[in-house]
Amino acid sequence: MSNHIAVPKTYKLFVNGAFPRSESGRVYEVLSPKGVFLANAAKASRKDARDAVVAARAAVSGWSGATAYNRGQVLYRVAEVLEGRRAQFEDEIVQAEGVSASAARAQVDAAIDRWVWYAGWTDKYAQVAGNANPVAGPYFNLSVPEPTGVVAIVAPQDSSLLGFVSAVAPALVTGNAVVVIASEQYPLSAITLGEVLATSDLPKGVVNVLTGSPAEMAPWLAGHADVNALDLVGAGALDWIDLEIAAAETLKRVLPPEEGPDAASPTLSRIAAFTETKTVWHTKALL
Amino acid sequence: MTIDRAVSPAQRALELLGDDLTESTLKRYLDGIPGVDAVGLEQRAAALGTRSIKTSSKVWALDRIIELIDLTTLEGADTPGKVRSLVAKALTPDPADLTTPRVAAVCVYGDMVPYAVEALGSAHAAGTDEGINVAAVATAFPSGRASLDVKLADTADAVAAGADEIDMVIDRGAFLSGRYGLVFDQIVAVKEACRRADGSYAHLKVILETGELNTYDNVRRASWLSILAGGDFIKTSTGKVAPAATLPVTLLMLEVVRDWHRLTGEKIGVKPAGGIRSSKDAIKYLVTVAETVGEEWLQPHLFRFGASSLLNDVLLQRQKLSTGQYSGADYVTID
Repeated sequence: MSNHIAVPKTYKLFVNGAFPRSESGRVYEVLSPKGVFLANAAKASRKDARDAVVAARAAVSGWSGATAYNRGQVLYRVAEVLEGRRAQFEDEIVQAEGVSASAARAQVDAAIDRWVWYAGWTDKYAQVAGNANPVAGPYFNLSVPEPTGVVAIVAPQDSSLLGFVSAVAPALVTGNAVVVIASEQYPLSAITLGEVLATSDLPKGVVNVLTGSPAEMAPWLAGHADVNALDLVGAGALDWIDLEIAAAETLKRVLPPEEGPDAASPTLSRIAAFTETKTVWHTKALL
Repeated sequence: MTIDRAVSPAQRALELLGDDLTESTLKRYLDGIPGVDAVGLEQRAAALGTRSIKTSSKVWALDRIIELIDLTTLEGADTPGKVRSLVAKALTPDPADLTTPRVAAVCVYGDMVPYAVEALGSAHAAGTDEGINVAAVATAFPSGRASLDVKLADTADAVAAGADEIDMVIDRGAFLSGRYGLVFDQIVAVKEACRRADGSYAHLKVILETGELNTYDNVRRASWLSILAGGDFIKTSTGKVAPAATLPVTLLMLEVVRDWHRLTGEKIGVKPAGGIRSSKDAIKYLVTVAETVGEEWLQPHLFRFGASSLLNDVLLQRQKLSTGQYSGADYVTID
């Protein structure tokens, strides 16, 4: 037997392409369902959420300005790297959720499949959601979907990886930047996914992962004037009506909570929820 | 080497150095100034930057920062329209909150002074304590590479057009090669060019461009030189050279101003400019000023921020304090 001493991992936040601790210095214990200590996760504060929004805002122009094809390549690359690290994810899911190895494998499979499915939509979504409108004049009239900007997400709380992926991937397709509050009980896979995102050519700030209490952070994101949309898919246990009211104050797009195993199942409407339709008139050539 | 020519008989220098004011006495004096403890200076600046300014102190600080801003546009692409919108912002920084104070001055290129004066209208301070000043950069800003005649014409032109304050650059090339007399003479000459027809003077801010002076010792020497030659303000940078204003450099200049005040009782202003973009940074400067020369200096005639994007960040912070929610860039004007 070697004398190797195990190096336990410090799970930190993933903000602006880096892995900072919470500015508050707080952590909380992540336990398995049987109460076994797994790790300390950072307990992000409202200021971490604020910093994450700043990072996301700065990332919007680059990510939404990239070609749809390029975004697709980057997202597909994420799936590739995810595939290569599946053993780590399976291990974490088994420990965190207390499920069988085969159930964990199935969850990772589903997460990768879902990510690839959304990656494929990047350069196809505009064809489906956009349109050349018929108008009674010598004009082209084109409607195209554009990303809304910064999307704040409360990830599904009862799933480690699949719920997180299902909530984050659709917002990325059209070029939004994301601030996501991971599951409070199962945050470890989300941070490990952050490591995947950090090494997959995804520009810094496009995805920012916060761990900690959704009840503490969500109101700040809901009321934040620089957040354009709010996905409450995992906020069923919070006062989500109040969050919707706060979000209405700054005219955010809001998705309501979803419960159960089908929460945030892959649909085009999840992509559409975080877009704005831009319609332009353009004269037809006179010749 | 004969450098013992007489330099311009500036009043402050005569009083401090004696009647036989020559380049060699000036050089001897400046070279005799003790060196700067760089480590100590940076530590002191870092320590001052750790103060926690919250709640009512923060409210006070944010408003005071706005009142100390020289709202600046110094781009080759400036137009009269851009200057007018800058002035509009200076007059009403936050149209959604009319309790927001006005800035101290607008800072533009010399040829834009008439448009700034016109746009300010009755809000133009024009020598009074009320209202907004017009500051003009002059003397071949930002490089300062022009003959003295051109620099003086540049200055006189801006003053004639109604500028209340002139931001001049020193000749860093001459300063770094040790020709202090030349730099000194130029500041004195520019000061004289700031004289208005009625005999009063436009305020003279002397830009040291600390990013090009290389050492803290040089910054200290240049500060003394500028004060001796008659500068009303010493200003860190043009904003066109990196690094621009830093906290240690500003602290060092404030220490010179403090020493000068102890020596003569006269109050010189300080203006850090360039690179101060967040309220958090600006608050560190306020702390540094208050701790170095005293709170008395936190007034527009003794301390200014040269900034363009700082104002928007301060407005966002003000909105955060008044609404309780974080604000966003969509709620301030794009400059």
